[in-house]
Amino acid sequence: MSGAEAGRLLTANLLCVFSIVLTAVVPSFIWEGFTVLGTHLSWLCICSVCISIVNILLHLVLKPNQSPKRSSFTHKISRFLKCCVYFFMSCILFHVIIVLYGAPLIESVTETFLFAVLLSTFTTLQCLCMLGPNIQAWIRVFSKNGATSIWESSLQITTVCSILGAWFGAFPIPLDWDRPWQVWPISCSLGATFGYAAGLILAPLWIHWNRKQLTYKSR
Amino acid sequence: MQRWPVLLFLAWVCFLFCAGIGLFMSGFLLTRIELASSSSCSDPLVPPPWERQNLPPGSCWAPQRFSKAVLVIVDALRFEFAHFNPDKASPLPYEKQLSFLHHLTTSQPRHARLYRFRADAPTATMQRIKGLTTGSLPTFIDVGSNFATYAIEEDNLLAQLVQNGRRVVFMGDDTWEGLFPKKFFRSYFFPSFNVKDLHTVDDGILQHLYPTVDSGEWDVLIAHFLGVDHCGHKHGPDHPEMAKKLTQMNEMLRSLVNHLGNDTLLLVAGDHGMTETGDHGGDSEKEVNAALFVYSKTPLFSTVPPEEPETVPQVNLVPTVALLLGVPIPYSSIGEVMAELFSGDSDAVSAALQQLSVYHINAKQVDRFLHSYSLVAQDLPAEQLQHLQELFSSAVEEHIQLLAQVQGSVLVSPELESRLGSLISRFQLYLREARAVCTQSWARFHPLRMVGGCALISSSCLLCYLASELTVVSDSFYRSCLLYPLRWGLVVAVLFGLAHALTQEGMDLLLVSSCAAAASQMAFFWHWWGQHPRQARLAGSQPPPASTGLRQRLQAWLGLAFPMGILLFRCGAMFSDSFVVAEGRAAPFLLASLVMLLIGKLHWDGRLTLPEGPRQQFLAFSSYRREIWYLLCLVAMLLVCVRLSSFFHQCREEIPQCRPSLFLSPLASLRNTRAKNLFYLLCVALLAGLVYAVRSWLRHYGNLNSSGPLVLFVRWGFPLVVLCIACYWAVASSTDDSLGKLQELVQVAVVAFPWAVYGLASLGLLLLLCNPMTVFAKDTRESAGSIVTPYLGVPNAEVDFLHVIPQIYKRMQESQKCRLERGSCKATVAAYGLGSVYSAALVITLTLLGFLLMLLHSERLSLAFLLLFLEAFVLLHIHTHARGLAGDAEPFSVPWYAVISWLLAASQFFYSTGHQPIFPAIHWNAAFVGFHLDHSTNVLPAVLVGANTFASHILFAVGCPLLLLWPFVCETPSSQRKKPKKEPRQDLQEVEEHMMEMRLRESPEKFSAALLQLGLKYLFVLGTQLLACVCAAMILRRHLMVWKVFAPKFLFESLGFVVSSVCLLLGISLVMRVDCAVSTWFSQLQLR
Ligand SMILES: [Zn+2]
Ligand SMILES: [Zn+2]
Repeated sequence: MSGAEAGRLLTANLLCVFSIVLTAVVPSFIWEGFTVLGTHLSWLCICSVCISIVNILLHLVLKPNQSPKRSSFTHKISRFLKCCVYFFMSCILFHVIIVLYGAPLIESVTETFLFAVLLSTFTTLQCLCMLGPNIQAWIRVFSKNGATSIWESSLQITTVCSILGAWFGAFPIPLDWDRPWQVWPISCSLGATFGYAAGLILAPLWIHWNRKQLTYKSR
Repeated sequence: MQRWPVLLFLAWVCFLFCAGIGLFMSGFLLTRIELASSSSCSDPLVPPPWERQNLPPGSCWAPQRFSKAVLVIVDALRFEFAHFNPDKASPLPYEKQLSFLHHLTTSQPRHARLYRFRADAPTATMQRIKGLTTGSLPTFIDVGSNFATYAIEEDNLLAQLVQNGRRVVFMGDDTWEGLFPKKFFRSYFFPSFNVKDLHTVDDGILQHLYPTVDSGEWDVLIAHFLGVDHCGHKHGPDHPEMAKKLTQMNEMLRSLVNHLGNDTLLLVAGDHGMTETGDHGGDSEKEVNAALFVYSKTPLFSTVPPEEPETVPQVNLVPTVALLLGVPIPYSSIGEVMAELFSGDSDAVSAALQQLSVYHINAKQVDRFLHSYSLVAQDLPAEQLQHLQELFSSAVEEHIQLLAQVQGSVLVSPELESRLGSLISRFQLYLREARAVCTQSWARFHPLRMVGGCALISSSCLLCYLASELTVVSDSFYRSCLLYPLRWGLVVAVLFGLAHALTQEGMDLLLVSSCAAAASQMAFFWHWWGQHPRQARLAGSQPPPASTGLRQRLQAWLGLAFPMGILLFRCGAMFSDSFVVAEGRAAPFLLASLVMLLIGKLHWDGRLTLPEGPRQQFLAFSSYRREIWYLLCLVAMLLVCVRLSSFFHQCREEIPQCRPSLFLSPLASLRNTRAKNLFYLLCVALLAGLVYAVRSWLRHYGNLNSSGPLVLFVRWGFPLVVLCIACYWAVASSTDDSLGKLQELVQVAVVAFPWAVYGLASLGLLLLLCNPMTVFAKDTRESAGSIVTPYLGVPNAEVDFLHVIPQIYKRMQESQKCRLERGSCKATVAAYGLGSVYSAALVITLTLLGFLLMLLHSERLSLAFLLLFLEAFVLLHIHTHARGLAGDAEPFSVPWYAVISWLLAASQFFYSTGHQPIFPAIHWNAAFVGFHLDHSTNVLPAVLVGANTFASHILFAVGCPLLLLWPFVCETPSSQRKKPKKEPRQDLQEVEEHMMEMRLRESPEKFSAALLQLGLKYLFVLGTQLLACVCAAMILRRHLMVWKVFAPKFLFESLGFVVSSVCLLLGISLVMRVDCAVSTWFSQLQLR
C-alpha cells in the first residue's frame, strides 16, 4: 500500500460523495418543482444512474485491479453481459428481501424496486466494478482478513454502511411524526444514501488510522 | 441428575419476577369494582320535607330548578387559564384571555361564579369524562365493565337524563361516542385522535352550536372543545397559539351567553389541567387544577362570591347538576352537592332548610352506595365504613328531629340558625370523609411501590444473567444459590408476617412476599459475591496467555453484542407509543435481522467456506460447504414464514387506515358458500397435514414402533382429534337457517365436539405423563445366540433402512461387541427411538396443545398456527446448523441468539394469531367454545380466553427445551462424513455419533445444568422485555397515551410473562419426567 494509492482512493470517494450531493441539488435548477422528498422516484432514478456512471468512469480511469492478461473483445463483451445479468439479479434479490422484511407486496412496487436498484448501485455495482462477475472473489472480500488492497477494504466498508443505513432507515417509519420523509421508501433510501456517503468518507479514514495493522497479502 | 433443585431454582426466579410485577402493579394500576345498579325516580331517598308535598312535574327526588342546561367542556382548561387577575402587569400568553368570564363574575356576582375544579388522577380525558358523568373515581381497570367496548355501563348522569325523558344533544370529541353509544338525541362527533390538529373539533362545534341552541330542541347540550388540549400537547401552554385558542373560547362563550334563555344553566368546565409541557395523566398540582364556571340568567347565589375562588372536587358536579335538573343522582356517585346553588334568593333560614334537604338526599345516596359497594368489594377498610355509618345515622336523625321542631316552631331564630349551621357542617363532614375514604383506595399512585417493583424486576434480571453465567455445577452451587436464599427469604417472610400480625394491621400478602423476594435475592447476591473470588482463583490456576485471554474475551463480548443489541432495540421500542402500536411489524423485522446477522457473522468468520482444499476458480460456489445451501434455504423459508404471518394481523384504532385481516373472522360470517367450503377444506387439510408431519417425524426417528399406550394414542388419537375439530368447525360454520330441523342436533354437536377434543387431549397428556417412553426395545437375549444381526424392523423402504437404525446405548453396544468378538452367548438390546425420546415427548405435547389452541381460535387462524409450527421447526434447524458450522465447543449451552430469536418468534406470533395488547382486541368468543353461553364460575372462561390470548407464549415456552435437545436429535451420520478419515477400528466412536440425546444422559450433571441455564436465559430475555415495559409505564405515566397504549401493554406483557414462565417450568419438568422414565427403563433392562 502506498500513500499515492490512498490519495487516489480518497479522491475517488470524495468524487462519489460530491456526485451524490449534485444529484440532490442540480436537477432542481433544471426541472421546476424537483425536490428529493417530493419527487422521490425521479431522484431515485437520477441518483442510481449518476452513481453508476461515476463509479464506472472512476473504475475505467483509476483501474484499481489491473488484470495482467489482455483479454479479447468477445471476452470483454461476455464479461459485460454477465455483469448486467448479475446486476439485474441483485436488484431482484434485493427487492425480494425488502418485501420479506415487511415492505408492501403489491402496492408501491415501483418504489420498492427503485429502492432495490439504488441499494444494488451502492453495493453490487461497486463489487462488479472492482471484482468483476467473479463470485469467488466476492466471497473472499466479504470475510475476515479477506481484503487484499485498500480498494477492497473500502468496498467492504461502503457496502456494509449502505446496508446498515438502509436498515436504520426503516426505524422512523412507524413513528407518528407525520413527516413527509417517513413515507416508504424515502427514509430507507435516504438512510442507504447517508450510509453510503458515510462509508465513502469513513473508509479512507479507517484505512489511514489502521495503516500499521493493514498488511495485505497478495493472492 | 438433580431434578428438584433445578425446578426449584427456576420456580424461585419466577417467584421473584412475579413479586416484582405484583408490587409494581399494586402501585400503578388502580382498580375499582363497578356496580350494575342504577338509581330511579321511585327510590325511597326523598327527605321528609318533600315527602309529603308533591314534587313539581318532571322532578325526581328534589324539585327541579332549571329545565335546561348547557355543559361546555373545554378540554384541559387549567384554572390559571380562566382566572382573571386584572392587576397583573405582564401576563403570560394564557393569562387574561377569558376576560368574558371575569366580566360576568364582576358585573353579576349573584349569577356567576368561578371555582377551582379539582380533577382526580388519572387525568386522562376518557377517565375524566367517566368521572364527570358517573360522579365516581374511574381507575384504569374498572372491574366488572365489559372489556370489549369502552362504553360506560355504570349508572351515570346521561343515562339518568335519558331515562327521565330529557333530550341530550352532544357535539365535539368523539370519545363520547364510544362511551355513550346511542344515548344522544342528536350528536355531532369530530375525530379527537390527531393531537396536531387544533381546529377541526372546535370549528365543527362552532358551526353547529348556535343553530342548535336557537332551535330549542334540547334539554341538555354538551359541547366538548379539544383545541386547548391539543394546543397544549403541540405547543405547550406558554405559546402565542394558546392565546389565540383561548380568545376563540372567550368569543364563543360571549355569543353563547347571548343565545341562552332564562331557564338555562350554563356550566363551563375543564376536564383536567396540564403541566408546563402541556401533558396530563398524572396527579401533579398543575394537572388536577381545572376551572369550573357556573352562570345563569336568573340569580343563583344568595351571597356574593368569596375573594379567593372556592375549590370544588370534580365529582361534585354530578349530584349538583342531577338535582338542579330534577333527575336522580347516579347510583355510584360519591360527590357532594354544591349547596350554595340550591339556596336561591330566599331568606337565610329557608335557604338553610333547603340546603339541608339536598344534603339529606345526597347523604342517603352515598350511604346506599357505600353499603352496596362494601358488600361486593373488600377494598374499603371496615372500621372507617363503620365510622361513616355512625356519622350518617346521627346526622339524619338530628335532621328529622330538627324538622319536627321547626314544624312546631319551638326554636327561635338565633338558636335555629346555629343548629342549622352545625347540621350542615355535619352532613358536609360525612360526605367529605366518605369521598376521602374512596379516594384513598382508588385514585392514588404509590410511587414507592412502583419503584420497588421496578427494582425487584431489574435485580431479578441481573440474577438470571449471573446465574446463567455460573457454570459451576456441584452441590455447593445449589446449596449456596438456592438453599441459603430460600432460607433467608422464609425467615424474613415469617418475621415480617409476625410483625404485621402483632401490629394488627392485617396481613398484606403482597408486601410480605416482595420483602421475602428481596431478602432472598440479597442472600443470593451475597453468596455469589462470596463465591466469586474463589472461582476467579480457580480459573486463574490454569491461566491462558494474557493477550489471547483479552482478545478472546473481547471476541466473546462482540459475539454477545449482536444478539443483545437486537434485544436492546426491542426493549427500547417499548418506550415509544408508536413502536408499541407497530410492534406487530417490528418484532418480525428484528427476527429477520437477527437471523440475517447470524448468517452474515458466520460468513465473516469464514465458517461457511471450506478452510482448506483445492479451489476451483470457475465453479463459483465450490468453496462453500455443502450445508450452506441447506442453511440458506432454511433462512429463506424463515423469511417467507415471517412475511406470511403478517397476513393475520388485527388492527388497533391508532392506525385508522389499517384493515384487519380477513382470516380473523369465523367462517360462519362468510357469505360466499364456495369460498367457505374451500377455506374449510383447506383448514382441515392443513390439520391433517400437521398430523402427518408429526407422525412421519416420529417414524423417522423410530418413536412410532412401540406398542405403548402413548404411541397408540399418537397413531389413532391424533386423527380422531382432527376429526372432532373438523366436525366442530363444520357445525360451527354452518348457517343457522340451512339446517332446519337439525337445529337441536346442532346445538348438541356444538358443545359435544369441543368437549371430545378437550377429553382426548387431556387423555393424551395424561398418557404422556404416565409413560412418556416412546421406545421400542427388542431384547434378543432370550432368543438364544443364533440370531446375530440385531432386529431392524421391516425394511420396507430405502429411507427406513437408512434411518431407522437402532439407537443403541453405549453399554449395550459394548455387550454386543463383546459377543461378536468372543462368540459368547451374551445378547443385545436394540432400542428404537431412544435417541429422540425427550424431543418426541415434547413434540407430542406441543401438537396436542396446538390442537387445543387452534380449537379456541377462529377456523382460519389454523393457517397461522401451521406457520408457527413451521417457523419454530425452521428456527430449530437454523440454530442446529449454525451451531454445527460455528463449531461450538460447548454443546450443552444454548447460545443467546437462539433464545432471543425464539422469544422474538413468540411475540411475533402473538400478533400473527390475531391479537393486540389492547382490551377490545381480546377474542372473547374463546370462552364459549364448548359452552353454551353460560358459565357458573369465572375461572373457566378466564382460562379459555387466556389460553387463546397467550397461545404463542404457551407453545414457545413449552417448546423451549427443544433448543437444547434439537442439535442432539439432528446429529446424523452425515456429520461424521466431513470429518477427517477415521481409522476403521474406531467403530466404537462411530456408535457414539448415533447416541443423540443419550449423550445428555451420559452426563446427568451437565444435563441438569444445561436445562437450568436454558431456563435462566429464557427468563432473562423475557424479564428484560418486561422490565422495559414496566419502566415505560412508570416513566411515561404522564404521557398522553399511557392508558391507551403503555398500561395495556404492560398488563399484557406481565400476564404473558406469568404464562410463559409457568409453561417454561412445565416444559422443563416434562423433560425431567421423561428422564425419570428413561432411568427406570434402564434399570428394568438391567434387572432382566
Ligand atoms: Zn382532556
Ligand atoms: Zn390531552
